[in-house]
Amino acid sequence: MMIGALALQGDFREHLVMVRRLGAEGIEVRTPEELDSIDALIIPGGESTAIGRLATIYGLIEPIQQRINDGMPVLGTCAGMIFLAAATVSYEQPQLRVLDVVVERNAFGRQVDSFEADLDVCGLDDPVHAVFIRAPWIHKVGAEVDVLASVVEPGSMQEHPVFVRQGRILATSFHPELTDDTRIHELLMEVG
Amino acid sequence: MNMSASERGTGLVKRGLAEMLKGGVIMDVVNVEQARIAEEAGAVAVMALERVPADIRAHGGVARMADPSIVSQIVDAVSIPVMAKSRIGHFVEAQVLESLGVDYIDESEVLSPVDDNHIDKWNFTVPFVCGAKDLGEALRRIGEGAAMIRTKGEPGTGNVIEAVKHMRMMNKQIRRLTVLDENELMAAAKELQAPFTLVKDIAETGQLPVVNFAAGGIATPADSALMMQLGCDGVFVGSGIFKSGDPAVRARAIVEATTFYQDAAKIAKVSRNLGEAMVGINVETLPPEERMQDRGL
Repeated sequence: MMIGALALQGDFREHLVMVRRLGAEGIEVRTPEELDSIDALIIPGGESTAIGRLATIYGLIEPIQQRINDGMPVLGTCAGMIFLAAATVSYEQPQLRVLDVVVERNAFGRQVDSFEADLDVCGLDDPVHAVFIRAPWIHKVGAEVDVLASVVEPGSMQEHPVFVRQGRILATSFHPELTDDTRIHELLMEVG
Repeated sequence: MNMSASERGTGLVKRGLAEMLKGGVIMDVVNVEQARIAEEAGAVAVMALERVPADIRAHGGVARMADPSIVSQIVDAVSIPVMAKSRIGHFVEAQVLESLGVDYIDESEVLSPVDDNHIDKWNFTVPFVCGAKDLGEALRRIGEGAAMIRTKGEPGTGNVIEAVKHMRMMNKQIRRLTVLDENELMAAAKELQAPFTLVKDIAETGQLPVVNFAAGGIATPADSALMMQLGCDGVFVGSGIFKSGDPAVRARAIVEATTFYQDAAKIAKVSRNLGEAMVGINVETLPPEERMQDRGL
């Protein structure tokens, strides 16, 4: 299996280390031609505005949308989740709009509010140790979207999804690629 | 998940933000308008300042932390991370910047140092980036709690020569550690004046335990791609953007060259018609007291 990581900006190398540990081939994707050669795509953590802008000027938005609509499995983490989403609360920025959710950027606050914690995930026996860095959460989910994990906001006690699945699209607010836990990447390989 | 069981300000969380900035450009800005131009151009973060390094050089005198009102306005204006500089050793400036909500503090030789001791960065929730000319300096800063390293270069000169020297030195010293016998590592740590445990880790992994960006003198897309090909994880551009003829165009070009740093045809394309680059200074003409890189070793 050939897995590509969108390599415009962000921690794509850490994702490729994970997929190689799982025995898959991993390549960096910067062009539509490289996109054609892969079986699944990872959109890494990074700055979603920078990734979106570069994807737009280098003509990657439509080819990626096309591949995802044709059933290619995709995993987006943090900025990757924002890039996959249909819309963003209070910002206008380039997005793929293939995942039927509205995300809220920097939902937990600024860097001093970034944190790590154990997170229960539907379908996994043991919790995932999740690292949230200036992370988004999901503000609104569409009907076809399954919520696999949520956080409870202190104060309002409202639940906000931080890990969702819609068909072969997986998206997390947190960064499995910054830990040694390969289970989320295994899920990507299984949905295909 | 109940968020009360969560931990903030850990090493992983601090280093993690730097991981997210990789392959990107961090731009010096002095007001909201410049910050918006930087964000629009695809900067991964901005450095909020009162003056860019070239102006600090020209102005002379004691250079201090920026006015908090400038920092706060920029924090409110953009969605990307905001960094700000404190003087070396000035932990109260760092406390003030943390209270303003900045996302990273640069304990920077561009400002006037106040102490031979650097800030004890483990005491903060906000992460720090520090400059280094060689591996010993980098490991001393990491030992003090820095979560990200950058080359010092020679700030405000528009001349990338010093950043190149610093990156080559760092690479050479890291390579050397990987071929040493295990019982030679203590002597190597002594020579580098660096913590032994960090020296031992690098001998095993062959890389720094934190992200390492280029900084100091980057003025063109080709400068940025040069530093990326030398193995930097990303670049800081200080005076090079807003001291040039057409900042928005140059900012976009440097962002693209940083992503496609191995593609000479793309670098050529983005380098066309950028207008005037900042006027440079030849570093060898600087008197010793004006060399910022020799501050805070």
